[in-house]
Amino acid sequence: MSESLIGGLVIFVLATFLGAALIGRVPPTLHTPLMSGSNAISGITVVGALIVAGAGLGWISTVLGFLAVVFAMLNVVGGYAVTDRMLLMFKKEEKR
Amino acid sequence: MNRATEQLVYLVAAILFIVGLQRLQSPATARSGNAVSGLGMLIAVIATLLSAEILSPSVVLAGLVVGSGVGYWMARTVRMTSMPQMVALLNGFGGAASLLVGGAEFLKSELHAEQIPIDTGITIQLSLFIGAITFTGSLIAWAKLQEVMTGKPIVFPAQKLLSALLVLTVVGLSTYQLMTAESLLWPFYAVCAISLLLGILLVIPIGGADMPVVIALLNSYSGIAAAMTGFVIDNSVLIISGALVGSSGIILSQIMCKAMNRSLANVLFGAFGAAGPKGSAKSAAGLSVRSVTPEDAAIQLAYAQSVVVIPGYGMAVAQAQHAVREIQELIEKRGGEVKYAIHPVAGRMPGHMNVLLAEANVPYDKLREMDDINPEMERCDVAIVIGANDVVNPGARTDQSSPIFGMPIINADYAKSIIVLKRSMAAGFAGIENELFYNPKTSMLFGDAKQSLTKVISEIKQL
Repeated sequence: MSESLIGGLVIFVLATFLGAALIGRVPPTLHTPLMSGSNAISGITVVGALIVAGAGLGWISTVLGFLAVVFAMLNVVGGYAVTDRMLLMFKKEEKR
Repeated sequence: MNRATEQLVYLVAAILFIVGLQRLQSPATARSGNAVSGLGMLIAVIATLLSAEILSPSVVLAGLVVGSGVGYWMARTVRMTSMPQMVALLNGFGGAASLLVGGAEFLKSELHAEQIPIDTGITIQLSLFIGAITFTGSLIAWAKLQEVMTGKPIVFPAQKLLSALLVLTVVGLSTYQLMTAESLLWPFYAVCAISLLLGILLVIPIGGADMPVVIALLNSYSGIAAAMTGFVIDNSVLIISGALVGSSGIILSQIMCKAMNRSLANVLFGAFGAAGPKGSAKSAAGLSVRSVTPEDAAIQLAYAQSVVVIPGYGMAVAQAQHAVREIQELIEKRGGEVKYAIHPVAGRMPGHMNVLLAEANVPYDKLREMDDINPEMERCDVAIVIGANDVVNPGARTDQSSPIFGMPIINADYAKSIIVLKRSMAAGFAGIENELFYNPKTSMLFGDAKQSLTKVISEIKQL
C-alpha cells in the first residue's frame, strides 16, 4: 500500500470517531436537519467532479464529469438550502 | 495556487464542516452552524476552481449553474411533509456523484492505457460499488415514500441468496479487473450494472415504517462513497467529510433500531410487516371500542389541566399539524398545559414529527422525548394519539407473543383518559392488534385527523 493511502486511512478512521462524538450530542429534535445538513456535506464530492469535468479527458469523461458536477451541486445547494429553511422554523416558546 | 496552499485551504473547509456540525447541538445555534458548514463548502469549491487545471470552463460552469439552480428550486418548493423523500433523493444524488467521478477516473486511465496502481484500483471499485448502491437504493426509498410504488416489503424466494451471489460476483469481477494486465472495459460496466441492481434489491424488501433506518443508512453510504472518492483522487477534505457523514448516518440508524428494539440486520433483511396481520396471543374478539363524537372530545380537552399529544405518521398524512397547534393554543388559553411526546421512530425519518410541528409554529421546548415524558404520563389528564399506533401499543410492554414485544413505547395507557384519532380500526404497520384501543379509558375519534380536529376546534370555541 502506498504512503498516501495509509495517510488517508488514518484520517478516515479519526474523522469517523470525531463524527460519532459530534453526532451523539445532537438532540433528536434536530435529527432531520442533521441528516439534510450532513447530506450537503457529503456533496463535497463536487471537488472531485470539478476536477474530472474540467480536465478535458475526452468526451466520455467530460460528460460523466459534467453529470457528476450537476448531481453533487444538487446535493450541496439543495441540502444547505432545505436545512436552512427547516432550521428557520425551529422557535423557542415566547416569554409572556 | 500551489499544492500546499490548496491543501491548507481544504483543511480550513474541513474545520468549518466540523464547527458547523458542532453547532447543531442546540436549536439556538443550529442555523448559524449550517451557514458555517455552507461557507466551508464554498471555500472548497473556489479552491478547486482556482487550483485545478480547468480546460473546459464552459462545461464546469454549466454543471455548477444547472446543479445549483435545480437544487435551490427543489429546496424552496418541497413541502415539509415531503421532507423524507427529499432527503432520500439528496442521498441518491450524492451517491450518483461518487459513482460518476469513480467511473470517469477509471475510464481516463483505461482510455489512456495507463496501468492503474492496485490501491487506487480498489478505491475506484469501492467508490463505484457504494455510489451505485446509494443511488438506486435511494431512488427506491424515494419511490416508496412518495407512494409511487408500494410501501409494503417486496419479497421473493431466494432474495437474500441472489443478493449475496451478486455481491460475490462484484468482488470477483473487481479482483479480475485489478489483476489482469489487459485493458478491459466489460468488467467495469458489469460491476456498475450489478451494483445498481443491488441497490434496488437491498431496499425493496424493507417496509415503509422502517424507512427512518434506511434513510439514515443511505445517508451514511453517501458519506462513505464520498470518502472513497477522496481516496481515488487523493484528497483529504473528501475523506474527512465523507467519514463525518458516514458515522453520522450509522449513529442515527443505531438510534432508530434501538427505539424499535430490533437489530439493523433484522430491519434490513427481516421484511417486517410482509406477512400481514399476525395472530397475536391477545385477539380483539369479544372486546369493544368506545367511539366518541368531536363534541365529547372537545369537552374532555377543554376541561383538561394537562394534555399530552402523541403524533405519528398519520398526522403527517392528514396534514393535521396546524390543527393540532390550534387546539394546543385553545387549551393553553383556558389554563391547561400541553406537551408533545415524540417517539424516536414516529414518522418516516428521524426527527420527522419535530420538523412538521416546527412548521406549524409549535415551540420546540414543548416537544418531549419518550424517556422524559413517560414518568409524567400518570399525571396527564388526556393523552391524544394522532395517527400513531405501534409506538403506543401496550402489548410491547406486556405481551410476550407480540412481534413488537420489548420495543420502548410512549405509555399513553397510563394517562387518566386517552383519545385516539384514527381513520378506521385497521391494524398498524406491524399488523398487530393494539389493546390500547379497547382500554375502558380510551375513546376513539374516527375519521380524517385534520377534519376531526377542525370540528373539535370549533366545538371548544363554543364552550
